[in-house]
Amino acid sequence: MIYQDSRTLLEVRGLRATVSGIEILKGLDFTVNSGEVHAIMGPNGSGKSTFAKVLAGHPAYTVTGGTVSFMGRNLFDLAPEERARAGVFLAFQYPIEIPGVANSQFLRLAYNTLQAQRGKDELDPLEFDDFVREKMKLLEMNPDFLDRSVNEGFSGGEKKRNEILQMAILEPRLAILDETDSGLDIDALRIVSQGVNQLANPESATVLVTHYQRLLNYIVPDFVHVMEAGRIIKTGGKELALELETRGYDWVGAEHLEQEAAGRVAA
Amino acid sequence: MNAIAAAGYLESLLAGQPHLPAASPALGWINELRAEAVDRVGELTVPSLRDEDWRFTDISQLTRLSFQRAQALTPLLPADIERFHIAEASNRLVFVDGLYAPRLSSIAADSGVVVTHLTEGGAEHAALIEAHLGRHANFGNNVFAALNTAFLQDAALILVPRNTTVSGPLHVLFIATQAGVASYPRCLLVAETGSAVTLIEDYVALQEAAYFTDAVTEISVADDAQVSHVRVQREGTQGFHIANCAVSLARASRYHSVSVALGARLSRYNLNVLQTGEGAECSVDGLALIASRQLADTHTYIDHARPFGISRQLHKCIVGGAAHAVFNGKIMVRPGAQRTDSAQSSRNLLLSDKAYIDTQPQLEIFADDVKCTHGATVGQLDNEEVFYLTSRGLSDDVARKLLTYAFGAEIIERIPVASLRQQLAQTVLAQTSGQP
Ligand SMILES: Nc1ncnc2c1ncn2[C@@H]1O[C@H](COP(=O)(O)OP(=O)(O)OP(=O)(O)O)[C@@H](O)[C@H]1O
Ligand SMILES: [Mg+2]
Repeated sequence: MIYQDSRTLLEVRGLRATVSGIEILKGLDFTVNSGEVHAIMGPNGSGKSTFAKVLAGHPAYTVTGGTVSFMGRNLFDLAPEERARAGVFLAFQYPIEIPGVANSQFLRLAYNTLQAQRGKDELDPLEFDDFVREKMKLLEMNPDFLDRSVNEGFSGGEKKRNEILQMAILEPRLAILDETDSGLDIDALRIVSQGVNQLANPESATVLVTHYQRLLNYIVPDFVHVMEAGRIIKTGGKELALELETRGYDWVGAEHLEQEAAGRVAA
Repeated sequence: MNAIAAAGYLESLLAGQPHLPAASPALGWINELRAEAVDRVGELTVPSLRDEDWRFTDISQLTRLSFQRAQALTPLLPADIERFHIAEASNRLVFVDGLYAPRLSSIAADSGVVVTHLTEGGAEHAALIEAHLGRHANFGNNVFAALNTAFLQDAALILVPRNTTVSGPLHVLFIATQAGVASYPRCLLVAETGSAVTLIEDYVALQEAAYFTDAVTEISVADDAQVSHVRVQREGTQGFHIANCAVSLARASRYHSVSVALGARLSRYNLNVLQTGEGAECSVDGLALIASRQLADTHTYIDHARPFGISRQLHKCIVGGAAHAVFNGKIMVRPGAQRTDSAQSSRNLLLSDKAYIDTQPQLEIFADDVKCTHGATVGQLDNEEVFYLTSRGLSDDVARKLLTYAFGAEIIERIPVASLRQQLAQTVLAQTSGQP
């Protein structure tokens, strides 16, 4: 939702980043205001997950240029845990498994860390159990998942749901959901989308990385962006997603090249 | 190590031996056994890095110090040791600096099992004791087992009669309280045919000074009997701990061992499991969690001497600081031990650049119809896992603690005593947080 008195949450200018010495992000601009829902689409390998992980602070990526400010602060001054505590949340495209760490213990530690940060009371294991079970109901998740190791042996869809459960518990300011819809069955997609919509509020914002228009029927974006070769090359409203669904990406690239050429002539 | 210094070292350790009170008349043979052990100590030398069995473990810091047997029982109050209590334990035998402490011990009136110690209940069970004590742990070639036997006096005795299932674990607690003391803990567990019991062998300290624990445990598991053996070595930071455990498994018996080494400046644990009957089954799991300048050495030897034996082993080391862990696990499959099924795995986590580990899984197979696997890995914490946790707000430190803990928890979780599991989980969490 676009609000009148929204504030800028995330401002990305000319972001460049490399992994293993290869430049993946090549001058990316992107702005998110509170209350908004953004969708980022784009071909495989265009750098969507890279962008998401750079925002979350993944150590494998090196930022080589540009600026990112989050709620007025330089995001790159913050360690990954500080970003999380400031309200950045990334639901991973491929959540990893952590054998030996109980999901319940992990969720409670994460929750209490953020509660402490917000100056609120921490919950003991019993209180947290009640709290997390409520959130699991929202996502129609079986409480048995609490006793298992984080993501260990979870199916693809179960891992995605566990990501959204974490989001529901942590209530981030900026949630980036990297292909959370892939791997979800039809019912799960609806349930998870409803969960995301219920968590939305005028103070926070959501960035959806997706390949499919279907998700956007449930979580309606205010803006749709097309990423290609490490840059956002087109931004439109929700109807852009429909157009991409029928026409593919090629025309966007061609249009972008034309505009760039025109821009160079003009300059 | 120079041979003269080493000889002097053994001599000085033996200095108090002639003052031991004689064994009770019913156990007169123990006096001879001691004398034999004293002679053997005289013939053996202190191991050095040149010995194949000790090539990673330098004990010169131990042999530079001199230790004496405790002269008197440190007066402790029950409250002093309360924190070591294990809620589920039906019986507790407490030894302070190697000496039996009756007032700290609590022995259930009739749990169907004989829980006593040599100087008190020895005479009553003389025949059984004679059949087992000193029969499993061979000291012919092991100077520390010989020393322990030379000082054989207050041994913990646990005799489980036929077809008896002991409810609740038996806790044998060895507490070090005096600086400069050498203690010789000794434990004998005899599980007769068809019986079942859980033994917790626990080494703790109420001091930070240097001392020396030289322990020997013997376990005999008769046909169809089952023994669960939990061993916790949480000695003081300046303690030296050298222990030998010999287990003998008869037909279709089962032995499950979990040993956890957390303490001591230098520790060495030799565990020998001999399958003397067909179809014996054992699991031998271990965790060493050490930091700063600690050294923890575990040597296990699983001897499949008869057909249809099963063994499982998972040994883990978590090594921080400038600590050094050693693991040597030998699986022997003797000629004729057909259909042996054995799997061994050594997994190691290094938490710092200065930490190191020597791991040597060894298989020696002299039978052709067997299934044996083994493997070893050494690694660091997974950066993707650390990132995942920090991306949810956990600090880097907490994330690493949690992952380190999780690595060790796989072993801790195998301990069949809930309260001890929790105690150790806490200790491990606290200890992993202290890693430099
Ligand atoms: N460690 C790495 N070394 C080399 N190249 C890498 C590495 N990690 C990512 N890349 C490359 O970076 C590019 C962008 O990858 P990224 O995962 O960001 O794409 P994406 O847009 O999320 O794709 P998809 O839609 O398939 O999820 C890809 O070409 C990928 O192969
Ligand atoms: Mg991706």
